[in-house]
Amino acid sequence: MPNDLAISTHNLTRRFGALTAVDHVNLSIPRRSIYGFLGPNGSGKSTTIRMLCGLLTPSEGTAVVLGRTMPDDAEALKHEIGYMTQRFSLYEDLTVHENLEFIAQIYCLPRNVRSPRIVEQLDTYNLAEQSKQRAGTLSGGQRQRLALAAATLHKPQLLFLDEPTSAVDPQSRRDFWETLFRLVEQGTTILVSTHYMDEAERCHGLAILDRGVVVADGSPRALMAGIDATVIEVEGVEASAVRDALLHIPEVFSVTQLGVRLRVLVDKALADPLPPVQDALRTAGVTVDAHITHPSLEDVFVSATRGRYQKEPA
Amino acid sequence: MNCMTRLFAIIQKEVRQLLRDRLTFAMIVGIPMMQIILFGYAINTDVRHLRGAVADESGTQLSRELVDAVQASQVLDMTRRARDAAELEQLLRVGEIDVGVYIPRDFERRLQQADRPAAQLLVDGSDPVLVGTARGLTGMTLRNVTATPVEPQGALFEVRNYYNPERRSAVFVVPGLIGVILTMTMVLFTAVAIVRERERGNLEMLITTPVKSAELMLGKILPYVLIGIIQVTLIMGLGLIIFHVPVNGTVLDVYLASLLFIAANLSLGLVISTAVQNQFQAMQMTFFFFMPSILLSGFMFPFDGMPRPAQLFAELLPLTHFVRLIRGIMLRGAGLFELIPEMRALLIFMVVTLTLATLRFRKRLD
Repeated sequence: MPNDLAISTHNLTRRFGALTAVDHVNLSIPRRSIYGFLGPNGSGKSTTIRMLCGLLTPSEGTAVVLGRTMPDDAEALKHEIGYMTQRFSLYEDLTVHENLEFIAQIYCLPRNVRSPRIVEQLDTYNLAEQSKQRAGTLSGGQRQRLALAAATLHKPQLLFLDEPTSAVDPQSRRDFWETLFRLVEQGTTILVSTHYMDEAERCHGLAILDRGVVVADGSPRALMAGIDATVIEVEGVEASAVRDALLHIPEVFSVTQLGVRLRVLVDKALADPLPPVQDALRTAGVTVDAHITHPSLEDVFVSATRGRYQKEPA
Repeated sequence: MNCMTRLFAIIQKEVRQLLRDRLTFAMIVGIPMMQIILFGYAINTDVRHLRGAVADESGTQLSRELVDAVQASQVLDMTRRARDAAELEQLLRVGEIDVGVYIPRDFERRLQQADRPAAQLLVDGSDPVLVGTARGLTGMTLRNVTATPVEPQGALFEVRNYYNPERRSAVFVVPGLIGVILTMTMVLFTAVAIVRERERGNLEMLITTPVKSAELMLGKILPYVLIGIIQVTLIMGLGLIIFHVPVNGTVLDVYLASLLFIAANLSLGLVISTAVQNQFQAMQMTFFFFMPSILLSGFMFPFDGMPRPAQLFAELLPLTHFVRLIRGIMLRGAGLFELIPEMRALLIFMVVTLTLATLRFRKRLD
């Protein structure tokens, strides 16, 4: 395994009884990058992260994290990783400072390093004023900063973030991502799971997960460029009026309304999809503008997961 | 990599949380205080001043002296007079009196006949303690109070009451109370302390850190050992000050026995914490264990009076052994080395539960 990979897995699989939560996942995540797991709830994001931390034993396959084989080497790895849980998991009845002090002791930071490091973190994450405040009384954004400060206190090489921004406002989210990029500059590798498209778009690399399977991976730009569909935007029409007519074209597999616009996804198999779409609109009795546009990450997601849903009996 | 800082960190955190949780803190001090006052004052097996009535059909000098003698014993207060036995029965049934004294018409003649009792006590048998007390009255003789020469029946036995000569209930109750309170608080607090960590999601974070499960468990129960010791001191102190309950053995032995008992209960609390999902279930489980402990341990009812299966079951409860231990030390002045079997039983209980807890806790992380 090349040394510039932080994580590499081969056919990583985890079953819970009859359910296969993670199904033969292969990942190669380079160091000093932000890698995203994009997928809906239950797509296997958290289970994969837990296997990579050594908290769960894979049913099949291997995972090498920071050069250590999981889960055999999990105890040693724990000193080198940080983990931020989806739900706030520090102690609400301890103050900000006490929480950080506790974490510092848990990681056995030497006594002379502990205090300056806590002060540094309070400063970096803009929590100095709340230092003596109990964690339970913090706002959503402050809690999230505290959780990140705690997870990075021991300067981990690898940081796992499990849906980190589900409880914060957009501004806090932007600031949060600024911080993540600063950490990467300092040499950290970050693995983040999310179901927000705009967040996924900020990642260097991305794996789209659907029911335990990686259905697409690459950089967001490459994923959008390599989409197996043409995106047609239709202006000023209600989806309900034309959906049936459009879906009548065999190559059209998705019609989504975005405000006053419709996004129609057509399989690449249809070389020139615009005329049939315009025909269908005319047949439906509407004369509106339709044109080909750039695919978004959401289009990639819909396109990548489509076949898997059609197989399901309705 | 091992470091003591981690254990210390968990203990420090636990103590901080404990001091901030006012309800728990109040319970630590409040439960012993409340219980010692309740049990010490209210529970009294040495019953006096029962409500009594007399139906004196004989109406002689001798029968009046008998009534006076009963009255003087303070066991009965003759609040009512009845005409006959039937009225006594009526009073008993409606609950106006606890004991009826029936003196028949031929009382004096019966007194001369040694083979027949001269008078009757009608007792409300629905309360066994009352029956026992009334039975005590049958030992009474009229030797001192009658002028008429009555052949006294000499008692076959004389009872010498060791260790609690004044027969005060508090002396009997308080040592056992140490065990009852420790059972309740120690099992509940540990179970809740660990379940709370899981409920609030803290455990999810902790398992990704280098913390080991042994450090976590030890760090969480050690503060409670200290709390247990504080409670023992509190109960012993209050017992001595309010109820003059003596410590006839050595105080060191009391603490050593208590430590072992605390450890046994904390281990049980750990087992419970691995079996339940939330704090409410932890409380239910604790109660499920607490009820048989308090009823079967010999704290409330004599162990010797229980049927064999109940006794065998009671032997499995740590409180049974601790009640014997602590009464032995505090009342009989026995040394620990004289109570080895009870110590051994507690030790076995602790080792078994601790093993169980550790095994189950490991499993939970995967």
